[in-house]
Amino acid sequence: MTLTVFWIFGVIAMGSALLCITRRNPVVCALWLVVTLFALAAMYVMLDAQFIAALQVLVYAGAIMVLFLFVIMLLNLGRPGPTDIKGPVGLLLAAVLAGTLLFQLRVLGGAQALPPSAIQLPPGSLAAIQARQGIVGAVAGPLFDTYLVPFEIASVLLLAAIVGAVVLAKRKL
Amino acid sequence: MLLSPALAISAVLFTLGVAGVLLRRNAIVIFMCVELMLNAVNLTFVALAQPLGIGGQVFVFFVMAVAAAEAAVGLAIILAVYRHKQSVGLQNMNLLRD
Repeated sequence: MTLTVFWIFGVIAMGSALLCITRRNPVVCALWLVVTLFALAAMYVMLDAQFIAALQVLVYAGAIMVLFLFVIMLLNLGRPGPTDIKGPVGLLLAAVLAGTLLFQLRVLGGAQALPPSAIQLPPGSLAAIQARQGIVGAVAGPLFDTYLVPFEIASVLLLAAIVGAVVLAKRKL
Repeated sequence: MLLSPALAISAVLFTLGVAGVLLRRNAIVIFMCVELMLNAVNLTFVALAQPLGIGGQVFVFFVMAVAAAEAAVGLAIILAVYRHKQSVGLQNMNLLRD
């Protein structure tokens, strides 16, 4: 039952991703990408990552995609125009390269590449940690403990991104 | 056990992102395809966090932070390019070719 629901959301994600890369209008592309992100959030919930799913909806589907739609509409790219999809040669090249990549990923990520059972936690141990520390606490604990330095570096990165975006987008400083 | 289907879906999503980058000429759509690839990798992290510990979920935070920073700076660059060329098509960005 769980597996069926997971595959349903997976098919939604893959189908809307395919529509996202083939639609001509950038606004339509962005909206199909939002559908993909929501399906991914549902899959995160089924993988015991409820807090990540909430963040996915808030940060990705909320903030980042609104930024994309804002820029598309600011530049007035939503109107119908000539297609930006490459011709048959480009299509063939993209299909061949993407097919090769998919084959390689399936070989690398196949059954023999799954983590060995010696280093795997017993099933349900993640849910047990979440029951003990809370869903947010289970993620926040290591974030402010083991991963404190990367966390601070990420804050510096965001600050640099704010300054960089303002400098780049402003006409005259 | 949802690990194998999650890895399969993630591989397909990443491939679709790569195909989109190769197929499109609109800079903003290519950017969205890059976001799609980042999300495919996030799905792998979350799926592997189940048998290997919570560190995978923590790493998704960092990927999201980097993606947000990248989106802000990248869209600012696209705005600056649009102001020069009145277009976001990559076929018009051939200054190094001439």
